[in-house]
Amino acid sequence: MDYFAQQLINGLVLGSIYGLIAIGYTMVYGIVGMINFAHGDIFMIGGFIALISFLLLVSLGLTAIPLILLLVLLVAMAVTALYGWTVERIAYRPLRHSFRLAPMLSAIGMSFVLTNYSQVAQGARVKPVPPIITGGYTLHEGPEGFAVQLSNMQIMVVLVTIVLLAMFTWLVSRTRLGRDMRACEQDQTMAALLGVDVDRTISMTFVIGAALASVAGMMYLLYYGQVDFFMGFVAGIKAFTAAVLGGIGSLPGAVLGGLAIGLIETLWSAYFSVEYKDVAAFSILIIVLIFMPTGLLGRPEVEKV
Amino acid sequence: MTALSTETTQAGRTVGIPFILKKAFLSACVALVLFSLMIGIRTEAGPDGQLTWWTRFGDLASIVGLVFGGSIVIELLRQWIGPTGAEKLVPAPIQRSLSLAGRFLGPALLVFTLLVPVIFYNQRYILDLGILVLTYVMLGWGLNVVVGLAGLLDLGYVAFYAVGAYSYALLATNFGWSFWVCLPLAGMLAAIWGVMLGFPVLRLRGDYLAIVTLAFGEIIRLVILNWQSLTGGPNGVSGIPRPTLFGIPLDNSDDGLAAKLGIEYSPTHRIIFLFYLILALALLTNWVTIRLRRLPIGRAWEALREDEVACRALGINTTTTKLTAFATGAMFGGFAGAFFATRQGFISPESFTFQESALVLAIVVLGGMGSQLGVALAALTMIGGFELFRGLETYRMLVFGMAMVLIMIWRPRGIIGHRAPTVYLTKAQAISSDLVKEGHG
Repeated sequence: MDYFAQQLINGLVLGSIYGLIAIGYTMVYGIVGMINFAHGDIFMIGGFIALISFLLLVSLGLTAIPLILLLVLLVAMAVTALYGWTVERIAYRPLRHSFRLAPMLSAIGMSFVLTNYSQVAQGARVKPVPPIITGGYTLHEGPEGFAVQLSNMQIMVVLVTIVLLAMFTWLVSRTRLGRDMRACEQDQTMAALLGVDVDRTISMTFVIGAALASVAGMMYLLYYGQVDFFMGFVAGIKAFTAAVLGGIGSLPGAVLGGLAIGLIETLWSAYFSVEYKDVAAFSILIIVLIFMPTGLLGRPEVEKV
Repeated sequence: MTALSTETTQAGRTVGIPFILKKAFLSACVALVLFSLMIGIRTEAGPDGQLTWWTRFGDLASIVGLVFGGSIVIELLRQWIGPTGAEKLVPAPIQRSLSLAGRFLGPALLVFTLLVPVIFYNQRYILDLGILVLTYVMLGWGLNVVVGLAGLLDLGYVAFYAVGAYSYALLATNFGWSFWVCLPLAGMLAAIWGVMLGFPVLRLRGDYLAIVTLAFGEIIRLVILNWQSLTGGPNGVSGIPRPTLFGIPLDNSDDGLAAKLGIEYSPTHRIIFLFYLILALALLTNWVTIRLRRLPIGRAWEALREDEVACRALGINTTTTKLTAFATGAMFGGFAGAFFATRQGFISPESFTFQESALVLAIVVLGGMGSQLGVALAALTMIGGFELFRGLETYRMLVFGMAMVLIMIWRPRGIIGHRAPTVYLTKAQAISSDLVKEGHG
C-alpha cells in the first residue's frame, strides 16, 4: 500500500509535467487543426533555456534560491515563447491555406531543426544539474521500513502546475484574448468578420503554449536534474497521447489526460517493467484512438463535406 | 531619396528601403533574443559532473548578422519575384513539353541505372551508393502506395522495414533458410503486420492516423530493442547470410559462382549482384504499383486520396481499400527490409528510428506524392545530398529539417511533379486537386 501511494505521488508529479505540455498540443489543435509536431522540442528548448539562465544567474553571484528560480522561470517563459512565435511565423503561417498534410510535414521538419539545432549549439551530452530544491516530508513510515516520501520539489511541481492552470483558465474564460481564441476555434472566417485578428490570435496561442511548455521543461530539469537534446521527442509524443486521451481541443481534458498518462507510466514501471513503459504509453494512445476517438472530455468531430 | 522609392505590392503594402531595413532589424532583434542563450553561451558537463560554461559572442554576432542580411535578401527577392506561397498553375504548353521530357527521362534513367555496374565496375564507393539510393527508391515507391496513392499519412513506415529485416535475419540465422525463401516470407509478415495495425486504426482520419502509425513504429522499435532473447536487443543480429544466386554462393569457394563460370573471383561480383537484386525488387514495386493503379482497387485509392466522403457515397468500402493500400505498402517495405538485412549482414534497432521514416516520407513528398519518376529522382537527390554532407554529420539533419520546411512553403505539392488521378473527367480539370485543400472537409 505504501509502495502504491509513493507511485501515486510520483505519477501525479510526472503527469503534471505532461499536462503542461499537452495544453500546447490541445490548444493548437483546437484552433488551427494541426498537430504541432515541434511542440515537444519547444519543451526541450525550454529546459535548455532554464538550465543556461540558471547557470548565468548563479555565476552572477545570486544566492537566494527562490529569487533565482523566479527569474529563471520568467526568462525561460519569455525566450521559449519567442521560439514558439518564431516557429509559427516561419513554418506554419505561410501554410495556413495549403493542403492538409503540408503543415504536419513542415512541423516534422521544424522538429528536426530544433532537435539538431540544440545538439549543434549545446552538444550531444546530457547536461546534469545538482539538486536545487532539497528536503521533503515523510508522510507515512511503513512497518517494513518503506517510507512514503513527498519531496519539496514534488510539491513545487504540483503547485506551479495548479497556479499556472488557474491563470490559464482565467485567461481563456475571462479575457479578450481568450474570447478571441474561442471564437477562432469555432469559426475563423466569422471571427475575422467580427474584427478578431485571427493571425495574431493564432500567434498568441503558440506563444502561450510554448510558455507553458517551457515551464514543463524547467520542472523536468529541476525534477530529474538533467536535460538533453533528444528529450523532446518521447515527451512530446506522450504529451500528445495525453491530449488525445483527454479529448483533443479540451483544456481540462489535457490536464486530466496528462495525469492519467503520468500515472499509467509510473505504475507500469513500478509493477511491470521499466523497459516497456514507453510501449505502454504508446499502446494506450492506439487503444484510446480506436475505442474512444473523442477522448475523455472531447466533443465528437462532425464530418463535413 | 530612400523614402521616395515606394512601390505597391499586390497586397497594397508600401514597400520601401526603410520598410525592408525595419523588418530586417526586427528579425535581427528576434534572432538576438532567440540565440543569445542557446548560442551565446555553451554549457558542457565537466569531468566531475559539474557544469561549466563559456561564452561564444562571436558566433552569436555572426548569426544575428546573417539573419539581418538574409532578411533583407528575402524581402528583396519577394519584391522582385512577387508573392511566394501561391502556387501557380503551369501553362499548358510547358506542361506538355515537360511530360514529353518526362516520358524520355524515365527510360533513359532506367538504361543508365542498368549500365551503372558496367561503367563504374571498379568504383566500389559508387556501387555502394547506388545500392543505397535504390533501396530508398524502393522504400519510396512502397510508401508511395500508402501516402501518394491512397493519401494516408504513414509516419511509421520504418516499422515494416524493420519487420522485414528482422524476419529474414532471424529465420536465416536460426533455421538457416535461404534468402529466396525468406524474401516472400518477410514481405508477407510485414503485410500481416500492416493489416494488424491497419484494421483497427484505419477508421481514423488524417492527423490521428499519422500519430498512431508513428506510435506503432516506436512500439516495434522498442520491442525489438527490449526483447533481448529473440532479437539480441541493442546488440542486433549479426552473421546474417549473404544472398545466393538461387543456391550458388557468390564467394571464393569451389562451388561459388566464379568457379562455376570459370572466371577469376572478385568481391565486386557480390556487390554487382546486390545492385541488380535491389534494382529488380524496386522495378517490381514500380511495375506492381503501375498495374494496380489501373485496376479498380488503384482507382479506388486515388479516389480516396481526393475525397473520402465522396468515395463512401459512391459505395467504395473505404476500410478495405485503405487496408489493401496499407498491406501493399507494408509488403514492399518488408522486401526492402529483407534486402537491407542481407546486404548489411548485421542489423540493429538503430537502423529503424523515426528519422528513417521521416526520410522516406520526405522522399515521397519531395517527389510529388504519387509520381513514380518523381520519387525516384527525389531519392537520388536526397541520398546524394546526404552523401555530400557526410563530412558535416551534425549539420546534416539540421539542413534536412530546414529543407523540409522550405519545400512545404515553396512547393507543397512536391518539387518534381505531382500525379493527378489516372482517370479524370475532362471538364473537371478546371478544379484539379491543386486548387482545393483536398476534399476532406
